[in-house]
Amino acid sequence: MDIIYSSLLGGTLSLYTFSMVSGFVHLFRPFPKALLWSRNSIKAGFVFHLLAFLWRCFQAQTLAVSNLHESLSFFALLLALAFLLVSRKNPVPTLGTFTSPLLIIFTLWALVTPHTITPQPPILKSFWLPLHVLLSFAGNAFLTLGCGGAVMYLLQERLIKKKKIKGIFRKLPALQRLDELNYLCLRLGFPLLTLGIISGSVWASYAWGAHWSWDPKETWSLITWLLFAALLHGRMNSGWRGRKASLLTIVGFAAIMFTFLGVNLLLSGLHSYAH
Amino acid sequence: MHIVTLGLNHQTAPVEVRERLAFKGEELPSALRRLQDEADLSETLIISTCNRVELCGISQDLDKCREKMIAFLAQYHQIPTDSFADKLYFHTDSDAIRHGFRVASSLDSMVVGEPQILGQLKDAFFIASESCSTGLVLNRFMHRSFFIAKEVRTKTRIASCAVSVSFAAVELAKKIFGDLKGMKVMLIGAGEMCELAARHFVNQGIEQVLVTNRTLNRAQELAEELSGIALPFEKFREHLDQVDIILSSTGPPDYLIAPPELSQALKKRRNRPIFLIDIAVPRDIDPKVNELDNIYLYDVDDLQETVTENLDQRQQEAQRAETMVDLEVDKFEHWIASLAITPTIKELREQVRKISEQELNKTLTGLPDLETKDRRRLEAMVNAIGNKFLHHPINYLKSQDDNGENVPTATIRKIFHLTESE
Repeated sequence: MDIIYSSLLGGTLSLYTFSMVSGFVHLFRPFPKALLWSRNSIKAGFVFHLLAFLWRCFQAQTLAVSNLHESLSFFALLLALAFLLVSRKNPVPTLGTFTSPLLIIFTLWALVTPHTITPQPPILKSFWLPLHVLLSFAGNAFLTLGCGGAVMYLLQERLIKKKKIKGIFRKLPALQRLDELNYLCLRLGFPLLTLGIISGSVWASYAWGAHWSWDPKETWSLITWLLFAALLHGRMNSGWRGRKASLLTIVGFAAIMFTFLGVNLLLSGLHSYAH
Repeated sequence: MHIVTLGLNHQTAPVEVRERLAFKGEELPSALRRLQDEADLSETLIISTCNRVELCGISQDLDKCREKMIAFLAQYHQIPTDSFADKLYFHTDSDAIRHGFRVASSLDSMVVGEPQILGQLKDAFFIASESCSTGLVLNRFMHRSFFIAKEVRTKTRIASCAVSVSFAAVELAKKIFGDLKGMKVMLIGAGEMCELAARHFVNQGIEQVLVTNRTLNRAQELAEELSGIALPFEKFREHLDQVDIILSSTGPPDYLIAPPELSQALKKRRNRPIFLIDIAVPRDIDPKVNELDNIYLYDVDDLQETVTENLDQRQQEAQRAETMVDLEVDKFEHWIASLAITPTIKELREQVRKISEQELNKTLTGLPDLETKDRRRLEAMVNAIGNKFLHHPINYLKSQDDNGENVPTATIRKIFHLTESE
């Protein structure tokens, strides 16, 4: 096992963990600086993560997303990137606190799965593979970030409805900001996901000779796509927002997770990492 | 010269005593003049609110000052001295300065951090300066008080947590809408509570106020004051979908707003949230509306609860404010001390200038052929000697002052033979 690679990933995990801890300190203790630490350690964690990823790509001589370990790590990397991009455009305090647990889960999971570099089957070698993976993962990352915002929305909304307006109510952002965040993530994530599915279908026609072969991954990604398409439509045309939109985002996130991991781990098909 | 303050407040005296000693606004000018004469004060200021009565002044002689001020209070209000004398506090110099700063910063208020006192203080100062009872020292004293009050408000969180129902409402609205700019507010009922809360919202930059009331006249009056629009009471329901915040305070026998109307309004505004604040007792708005998605309803009790909690936090912030006040007290004492030496420095310079002028004139009359250029040189030399000669004595005066010790102004005056009367 590569010592440089695992120490970079280990550093990443420590920084994400530190970010989560300071995020929670900020939520529950009167210590405003903790929020800054939390955000900066995600930034630092992202840099470590990016280095680890580039190192891996260099070693494997391809985009390192060919097995479960690499996919989990790459997804966490894109999630951190999505967080940093969204925070830059529309900073929402404490969003990092709710994103860092996800970053930790994926990075930790990646660390405990086998690190071996899997040689790619020649059938998959194409320019379309990295594009397909990058687009779908990026789309999923934005939508997952939106799910973090949705959880915050539901929490804050509940506090306001139940009239518990103290403690973390003060630390959490305004409902309107969270709703805007949710919409922003949807508008960024959904087109990326759509392009990801299209590029995958193009690639499939080269690799397997058919655009669509109804393998479980394809079916489930269609279900995910439909869910978010419905949400986008509802938001644009039927005035869906707030609680309803947040709940649907969370359902959508569950679908993403099943498409991403459940299908590979529970069902077998063309997309299986075991191939 | 000493700053003195004599007074009583909500902590030292019950309301029965306070109200008997209170001054009415219109009688303040004459009271200020009488206080000046009867207590031998060179400057005076009277602060009279429902929580405090304070006489502030500048006295040259602390001896008997307290007694004279008490006597003034007793005579002015024609009540026996012993009925209130034991409830009074009397502060001088740095204590008086600190007290004044604390009052202005609302650290001495019944509800610590409440903002009204600053306005009351400004009013009192306005009356006093209009009637020319304040001078150099009290003017500066008051301006510093206003300054420190503002510092405390902006740099500590003493006022950041809502301690009044209307502030609590504004805070909540911010957590729902994020930014209140561009929001529309509807007032149902034009009562005092509603008006107060509405003003807080207006200060946050809301776009428009709609006012409705059973008597349209009153609605129009209030709408004018808030530069809003008055609505006839029968028609306010038609506008429910246009407003983001509704403040209600009519207290009718039946609910004015029920879930079906709000559901309809929500549909029209594509589910953008509505925040309702029910200040009325009995309540105006059916509590069931809170169960609707994107509707948030708070009544007086809900808001009151947060207010009580916030008060505790405010006490902690007050500690930080005290430190800021202490710093400012030091600075002001400094200024007062410098005030005491300023006339001496002026007189010293004046004396040297006079002597130089006299001697120069004497010499120049004996030298009529001197060219202008040489005459200038001579003048410059004499001036330089004077300035260099004064340099150390003046520095000495100032430096002693910097150490906060008593400046031996009297000695300097004796040495240089500066007359006392000047």
